[in-house]
Order: sequence, then C-alpha cells, then structure tokens
Amino acid sequence: MTDTSHILLPEGSIEKQTTTLNLGPTHPATHGVFQNILEMDGERILKATSTVGYIHRAFEKIAERRPLYQITPLTDRLNYCSSPLNNMGWHLTCEKLLGVKIPKRVEYLRIIIMELARISDHLICNSIVGVDSGAYTGFLYVMQFRELIYEIYEEVCGSRLTTNIGRIGGFERNFTNTAFEKLEKFLDPKKGYPAQLKEFENLFNRNRIFMDRTIGCGAIAADRALNYGFTGPNLRAAGVDYDVRVHTPYSSYEDFDFTIPVGKTGDCYDRFLVRNEEMWQSLSIINQAYKKVKEFKGAEAEVFHADSPAYYLPEKKDVYTKMEALIYHFKIVMGETEMPVGEVYSSIEAGNGELGFYLISDGGRTPYRLHFRRPCFIYYQAYPELIKGGMLSDAIITMSSLNLIAGELDA
Amino acid sequence: MSISNETIKASLVEKFGEQLTDWQEPYGMLTFTAPKDMNLKVLQFLFDDEILRFTFLTDLQAVHYPNNTGAELAVVYHLHNLQDNIRIRLKVFTDIQQPDVFSATALYQSANFMERETYDFYGVNFTGHPNLIRILNVDEMDYFPMRKEFPLEDQTRVDKDDEMFGR
Repeated sequence: MTDTSHILLPEGSIEKQTTTLNLGPTHPATHGVFQNILEMDGERILKATSTVGYIHRAFEKIAERRPLYQITPLTDRLNYCSSPLNNMGWHLTCEKLLGVKIPKRVEYLRIIIMELARISDHLICNSIVGVDSGAYTGFLYVMQFRELIYEIYEEVCGSRLTTNIGRIGGFERNFTNTAFEKLEKFLDPKKGYPAQLKEFENLFNRNRIFMDRTIGCGAIAADRALNYGFTGPNLRAAGVDYDVRVHTPYSSYEDFDFTIPVGKTGDCYDRFLVRNEEMWQSLSIINQAYKKVKEFKGAEAEVFHADSPAYYLPEKKDVYTKMEALIYHFKIVMGETEMPVGEVYSSIEAGNGELGFYLISDGGRTPYRLHFRRPCFIYYQAYPELIKGGMLSDAIITMSSLNLIAGELDA
Repeated sequence: MSISNETIKASLVEKFGEQLTDWQEPYGMLTFTAPKDMNLKVLQFLFDDEILRFTFLTDLQAVHYPNNTGAELAVVYHLHNLQDNIRIRLKVFTDIQQPDVFSATALYQSANFMERETYDFYGVNFTGHPNLIRILNVDEMDYFPMRKEFPLEDQTRVDKDDEMFGR
C-alpha cells in the first residue's frame, strides 16, 4: 500500500482517496520506455516512482569482449538522436588512450559533424516540447532540416540514424563535394536552417499559450540541479554555465568563438530557450569551422585521418600491394591490436550534457572495463521531484523538455 | 584561486596522512585510493573544504579485479570541481565476500541511481542507501552480471578456440 498519510483532506472527508496511475512504460507521450507510477489527487501529482531499464542492452558487458573500433556501433545506440556525438566522444576517448594526434582539418570536420548532431538533437527535443503542448506545426517545420542533416551524415558515412561515423584517427573517407554542397544548403541564411529556426522561434518564443504551459513548469534551482548531477542544457537552463566544450576543450573547440547561453529558473521554458540559442551558436560554430576547412590548401586539404596505422584501416589498394598494409589490415579486422595499459576518463558535451567514457585497459585487445557516463541516466533521478505537485500534463511536458532518451538512459 | 593536483594532494595528505595511498596521475587526473570505511570522510572533506570544493559527482562505478584477493571490487568516484575546473578520481577497494561501502547519497543526490546501478551489476552493498534495489536488470536476477566470472561468450565452446586468433 502506498503511504497516503501526508495527504491533507478537506474537513468532513470520509477517507483518504488518491488514484494510482500508471504512466508508461509504453505510453506514446513518454517518448521511450519509461514507467512512472503516479499517486494522483485529482489532476495533481503527489508522488512519482520511476522505473527504468526496459531496454537495457548490456553495452558495458558487450564492450569488454570487443576491440575498440567495434564499440563505436554500441555508442550509436546510446542517444540515437545524436549518434555522431557519441561516436566522436568514443573516438576521442580511444585517441586519448592511444595517444593519437589528430590533424587540424580532421578536428574541424569533426566539429562540423558534432554541431550538426547537436542541432538535430536539440531540434527534435524542442519541437517535441511543442508537440506535447499541442503545437504540432513546429515539429513538421524543422523535420525537413533534420532530414538534410541525415543526408549529410549519409554522404560522409553512408548511414543516417545509427551512424558509426568516423574512425579512430579521423574519418573513413574524405567529405565529398556533395557533402559540402548540402552543408552550404543547410547553412544558407535565406533558405536554409537559420531561416527555418527563426520561423520556429517566431512560432513559439512569445506564444502566449506556449509560455503559459511551460513557464514555471518542471523548474529546478541551480544548487539542486548540481546536486542531482545535471549537465548540459538542462543545467545551463538553471543558470550554471558549465559546458565541457569550454571547460575542457576537445577537438580544437578552443579555436572557435561562441557563447554559452544560460537560463535562470531551470523550468521548461528556459530549457527550451537555452536549446534554441545553442542551435544558433552551433550554426555559428559550423560556419566558422567550414570557413577554416576551406582555408586548407594543397595536400593539407585532402587530410581526413591521422597517421596511426595500427588503428586506422589502410587503403584497400595498399592492402593488396603492400605487405605492411596487409598486416595492419589483418590485425585491425581480427581485433588483434593490443592497446596500452592505462585508465582514462574522457568526456564530451553531448546533446544532453556531459557524456563520459571511463576506459580501463589492462593491455589486452579489448577494454578491461568501460563505463559510459550517460547524462540522461543521472538527471532522470530528479524527475519525481520536478513533477511533484504539478499537473499530469506538466509531467508530460517536463519529460520531453528534459530530452530523456531511453536508449541513453538504459545503456 | 586555482588549485592543482599538487595542492589537492597536499591538503588531503595533511588531513588524512598515510591512510590515502596509491597516488597516480594517469592522463593528468589525480587518482588515489582510500580505505573503504573512510570513503565518506574523504568525500565529505573534499565537498566541504573551502578551497577544494569537489561538489559535483561526475560518475560512480565499480570495477572487478578477481585476482586481487581480499579487495576484488573497486568503487571509483569521479569528482569535479566546477569553479576551478579540475577533476579527481577516488577509488575504494572492498572484499567481494562482504562488499559493504558507505553510500554517498546523503552528499550527492546524483549518487542514488549510480549506486543502484553499481549494486545491480557488481553487488556492491551501499550501506545507508535509501532504496538499494536493482535498476536496469530484472528484479528476479540473483547474480551480478558485470563480475568477471560471467564471461560474455560460452567459454566451454571449443569450435571458437584458435591458437592463432584467440578466443
């Protein structure tokens, strides 16, 4: 029995009456597999108990039997709204362990891909907040640009959702001209994503209904957010300017000029605004990175991977003609490359916050231990506190504005 | 005022003396080991100290070392000082027969799920945790799957054994 002794009832009530409501695990409004057992007094939530783990796929265990490059597809399936970010985070972790030095052009190309992934992540989250508050239009508006982002991924790596993009040391192939053309189409201020985002903002930012629905809903104070381990846009909406890209720059983020938007109250509206502003910043970063990429001349302009033969697959024609390339090819494909002993923690700013990889190597061919710090998993603990005392409809909108991704949460 | 690995180490040694061992700096992150009954004291000191201010728990997980008799399980805390932007790693080793470690939930709310996950996969029994039940695995599971005695592939299979290629 649920303890209901804390519920105050009006004078004359015969007995304490609350309704137990099962929200999820497969409710369409939960956008994933989340179960919450709510104790309701009318429309108000008195208590929530969360259950997670419905799509746990034992990634950490599987990773203990796989060579480094085979773990990249596992990271795809963490936050599947922005798989390239997870892939890059994993490559950066491996490169840190192995001590591979990445050429500047590759780092800039990676930044382009990472920021595109961040945009695709944020635009889904923000438009879903719109859908959950009854505004479907914005969702359909931005979808065509997510499609364009996926086409750019496709040009680079051949797949769209679970990308497995890049390799340890760089990219699997150079960006084609089509990829750059599509990128230009995306960045075009008149017809591209900036114009669309402006329109999207016009729809929502000062929309009375939207503001009434989101302001003050699911708010969290900065100190509570920190104590709950919030990172990313959700923490910044509460007013803490922590961003891994600035605090611990990776992949040459220090070369770029961008600002970190922060909110004040940490409610759904602030989270929405912070994500919107981050998309503008991402667009500016992509523009800067693309400009820098275009500045490379001659042989430098063709560089798309680092020189790390032990981990980066040689070109196919070399495999057929050169002994050394054949050996490396064989060792990499068979997963026979031994890695250095060490333990490394590396993190990136993923769509939802600090995505960390804690990798322990005992000198074998597979990690001794690999742990993913999934931002979702950590901040989801605050969900019962965020929705307590609110309406049921606020709980739905809070969940979507936290951008909870079941794949990331359950690993 | 910014702090460095040296100043953190100095103030920890000043406070706890010889009890903290195994000081290392793999890839620049200060790493040390505390006795298992001291973990909360160390965490509390790192949290409260006006200079150290390690108030953000980035990550918490366990590692299983089956050959490390008497201290098979390691609980690893990653702490972050957000103001000075410095990270440290604290390890606590515990016996697998009686894997009791004090829970950090009173200090960090975020430790709640992370400790449940660690319990779920490694069976570390966090004393003082408000709700130490399985989180990602099914409730009926009666073993701790991330421990090394559960290999991922069936080790009895002979068709995959190969002298040249391993496994």
